[in-house]
Parts: sequence; structure tokens; C-alpha cells
Amino acid sequence: MTDTPLPQDAPLPEKDPSRLSLWWQSDFMYTFKRSPVAVVSFTVFALIVLAAIFAPLIAPYNPFDPGSLNLMNGFSAPMTPNAFTGETFWLGTDDQGRDVFSTILYGMRISLFVGAAAVLFAMVLGITLGLLAGYVGGWTETIIMRVADVQLTFPAILVAMLIFGVAKGITPVEYRDQMAIWVLIIAIGLSDWVQFARVVRGATLVEKNKEYVQAARLIGRTSPAIMLRHILPNVLSPVLVIATISLALAIIAEATLSFLGVGAPPTQPSLGTLIRIGQGFLFSGEWWILLFPAVTLLVLALSVNLLGDWLRDALNPRLR
Amino acid sequence: MTKPILSIRDLTVEIPTRYGILRPVDGVSYDIAPGEILGVVGESGAGKSMAGNAVIGLLSPPAHISKGEIHVNGTRIDNLKGDAMRKLRGKQIGMVFQDPLTSLNPLLRIGDQLTETILAHLDVTRDQAQQRAIAALEEVGIPGARERVNSYPHEFSGGMRQRVVIALALCAEPSLIIADEPTTALDVSVQAQIIALLKQLCRTRDTAVMLITHDMGVIAEAADRVAVMYAGKLVELGPVRDVLTKPSHPYTDGLMGSTPLASRGKARLHQIPGAMPRLDNLPTGCAFHPRCPYSTDKCAADPAPTLQDGGGAAACFFPLPHKAKVA
Repeated sequence: MTDTPLPQDAPLPEKDPSRLSLWWQSDFMYTFKRSPVAVVSFTVFALIVLAAIFAPLIAPYNPFDPGSLNLMNGFSAPMTPNAFTGETFWLGTDDQGRDVFSTILYGMRISLFVGAAAVLFAMVLGITLGLLAGYVGGWTETIIMRVADVQLTFPAILVAMLIFGVAKGITPVEYRDQMAIWVLIIAIGLSDWVQFARVVRGATLVEKNKEYVQAARLIGRTSPAIMLRHILPNVLSPVLVIATISLALAIIAEATLSFLGVGAPPTQPSLGTLIRIGQGFLFSGEWWILLFPAVTLLVLALSVNLLGDWLRDALNPRLR
Repeated sequence: MTKPILSIRDLTVEIPTRYGILRPVDGVSYDIAPGEILGVVGESGAGKSMAGNAVIGLLSPPAHISKGEIHVNGTRIDNLKGDAMRKLRGKQIGMVFQDPLTSLNPLLRIGDQLTETILAHLDVTRDQAQQRAIAALEEVGIPGARERVNSYPHEFSGGMRQRVVIALALCAEPSLIIADEPTTALDVSVQAQIIALLKQLCRTRDTAVMLITHDMGVIAEAADRVAVMYAGKLVELGPVRDVLTKPSHPYTDGLMGSTPLASRGKARLHQIPGAMPRLDNLPTGCAFHPRCPYSTDKCAADPAPTLQDGGGAAACFFPLPHKAKVA
């Protein structure tokens, strides 16, 4: 462990304001402030998240409200008044007259939500299984880790498609569109837990032989209590790094699935769905329908990835 | 002798391996009385720590107790399982580990670690536990205990951290403390403080201490009696003064002879020839005979006599006469 306070150690400001300033002056924040890449990527990421959260307030149109759509506005080029209605759209419109800027805002919402929820799900599953495998050992470990190994031999996207396909097959037709998002989350989460499990198991094997764990066993703590209170907090820092990088991967995985037409339904378009819709118009000259969602996805994934890279270096004492 | 707190009889620990069964602890017996410090010495791999781990029930599989009995305060504990063992050992036995860097959870305030232990064993409220934690820190000589209780382990120096570890071992008021090389990771001046502290605390509380170390200086300083181990066997047991000045087992004699003393001047330091045998390749008869200057054919043929507690002698066919000499 490093002496670097993790972000979750950030004290609650209302309780003790002096600790907030302490955190602001910590090693962790020091390296952050000195890394331009980290500051920029964090700013970009924060802006995207804020834009996604407040999409209904920012977006000039509601792309999910069929009543507000005017088919006459279809295929407006960016920043150019429409030939029929004279309306101007910043980033143009698609074939049905939906404002691309607004659909991107709403699409980011879904992409971010699915990505974050999938990572959270993978994290909970991976940490639980990894802790169990590392701490309990024996047959439990063998079974969990062999399942993980087997799953690693398949590409994650294939696993996600398989799970998605099975889930789609067993959900009634009328619920499919509503369930699609949740199924997507579970599918991506299940395809991603292995990394968490492996890292947590490795770290647990190291921690469980430290004397403080023996001391906890000696005073009669039960195994679940030791795992949660003593080992888990001490293995969290690598998990944090993986979670960040996984977030980028999960967002891309969701976009890939949606692009292939098995992800978010057209009624709730994510960035991937928008790209799929847009690529159909690429050769007829309406480039903006594809380009803007694609660039947004790129910037989002890049900022998260750069942030994860920096975090990995910042939390690794050997690289400092 | 008063009723012992810890009583070990014929303790044997076995580790099955593909090279056969190893016995890192083989037929060891000793008692520790209330307020007594028993020093357990021996080379690395002699089985000192294994014996300690066996007592607290923290042997890691496949190592296990195959024979013998362990009694704490008259209760047999070596055959307790699961819950019963968990309840008893934390309450009766405290442990001071070797490395104060790893024996405290780096992410918990020391106060939380102390109250966790106290709450696990004493029937007190959270507030009372906090008070006790502060009292425990004061007792081990940590200045400003009331503020320091909210510090993290990395905010303490090594010696202070070891004091915290001792407070942690003492706070549930155990009757036995096992200190496994408590001073090895510390520098010499801090070592002396920690030993003095341990000694004083066990005197005032009548706590029995099993002090595992390979440092003869620490033993001479702290222990009341000494148990010398070699290749898993107890080879000599007796009051510290007798064992150190008039060793009767040739191994103890060699050990004492190889301790640098200012009074011995510039003479070349004596050494015991050879190294301790591997556990999977023990010599016949007495395990020490190949290195023993006094060995005979009998030593190579017959297993050495087993040492019983209270005997005060050595596990040797030919114990050294007490006027014996240091080489």
C-alpha cells in the first residue's frame, strides 16, 4: 500500500473542513495538479458527465418526443438553415429531423449509465469472487479461477453477445425494449468480472499472509469480517485503476454491441446506436450524422483511458 | 510452582510433504507460570515459531498438531475447533508479531484496531472500549494517547508502532502473550525499551509470556527461564542464569560460546561446525551428534532422551558438567 490517500478517503467536508484542504494538499492531488494530461482529461470527462446528467436542460430539442419532430427538418447540414423550414441546427439533423446535438447528449447518458453500471456490476462480482478465491483457497479458488480462465479464452464481446442473445430469447417481446438496457449492463458486466477477480485474488493472497490479518484471526474475527474490514480496503487501489480503464472498455463494448444492432434499441439510442444509424448515410453525403457521435465516443473513451493511465501511475509507488 | 498458565505436553507438529512427513516441532513439553517470561531460543528453522503458532492455533495447512496437548489455564485447547477456539484464543492469548510494519492494518486508525479487539472480547460499550484503548496506549508509554488514538499506523515510528502492537496484544487482558521475535525489526536502543516494557507489563498483570527469539541478549535481559530448541526438539530448559552461565547441553554451550562478549577480548569467536540439518534429512540418534564435539557411538545410534519440564537438565546422554568451559 502506498501512503497516498485514495479518493474514497476524501473526508466529508461538512464534518471537518480542514480535512478537505488536507486532501487537496495530499500527494495524490499534488501529482494530479502537476499532470496536464490528467487535468485535461479529467476536465473533459467531467464536462461530458455533467452534460449527460443535465441533458434535458441543455439539449435544445427532446429527440424522444415524436411530437416535436418535423420530418421536413430531415438531413439539415450543421450550421446551415434548412431549405424547407429555415431552422438551423448546430450539428445538423438525421433523416427524421432529430437534432444530432440533442441525440448525442441523450446518447451519452445511456452510454455512460450502461458503462458505469456494467463496471459496478463487474466490480462487485469480481471483488466478491476474487476475495473468496484468495482468502478461502482450496476448491473454491480452483473452481472460481478455472471458470475465469475459461471465460478469458473467449473475446469479451463474444461473451457479452452470447449473454445478450440468451437474455433476449427468454424475455417476452413486449418487455424487450425496456429490458434491453439492463440486459446490456448484465452482459457487459459478466464479460468483464474476470479482470477484477484475478487482481483481487492476487492482492488478497499477499495481504492475507500479513500479520495484521493473523492478528484479526487471533482475536476471533470471522472470515467474512476479516475479508470486508481488513483485506478489502487494502486491495482497493489496483481495483480502482482497473475500474477506470474498464469504464472506457465498457463504454466501447456497449457502443460495439449497439453498432451491431444487439444493444440499445433505437427508441433509447446510445452513442453506438447513433453511429449505426449514421453509417447508413455516410455514402449519400450526410457525414454529420455519423461523425459527431463517433467523435464524442472517441473523446469520451480517450479521456477515461488517459485518466486511468494516470491513476495507475499515481497509485503505483514504484513508478514515482 | 504455581499452577501454570500455559502447559504444553509432548507437542508434535507435522507437515506432510512429498518428501515424507516433516516434524518442525517434535515432542516439546514446557510450562509457563503467571508472570513468568519463558524465552524460546534456537537457530532459524528450529521450530520456535511453529510451536508458538501451534499454541494460538494459526498453523497454516498442511501443518497440523499430530500429537500432544496444549492447556491454557487448565483448558485443553489443541483439540478445539472453529467457534470455540476463536472465542477462547483471543481472550486468553495475545500475540506480538515480529514486524510492526505489517502487524497493523495500514488503513485503520489504531484506535479502531484497539476497540475492535476490545469489543470482540470484553463486554463493554463502544465508549468504554475507546476509553480502554486510550488507557492501553498510555500504559505502553505512547505520549498524547488521547490524540494519537486517531492516528494511522504510518504516522508512528517503528518503535512506537511496536508499542501499539503490544497495546493491541494486551488490551483484551489475555493471560498469555506470545511474542514472536518482537524486537528483531527494531534498532538496539528501541529494543531495550520494548523488552523493558514487555517485562514490566507482564509483572504488573501477572501475564505469562512466551518470548520467541534468536537473540541471546534479549533472553538474558528479559527471560526468567529459557527453552533451547534444536531441529524441532527441546534440548535444554532451565532458569536463565543457569542455562546461560552453566549450559549442560553441548548445543547450548556452543550457542553461548558463539555469542560475542566484551570480556572475551580479541580471541576468535567460537563457532559450531556445520549447519542445522534439514528436517527431511535428520541424522539418526541425537539430531545434534554430527556437530557435537562430545558425541559418541551411542549418540548416533539412540534417540536422545526427551526432556521433561521441571527436570532442569538437558536432552543429552552426556550433559556437560557444570564447571564446563567455553571453547
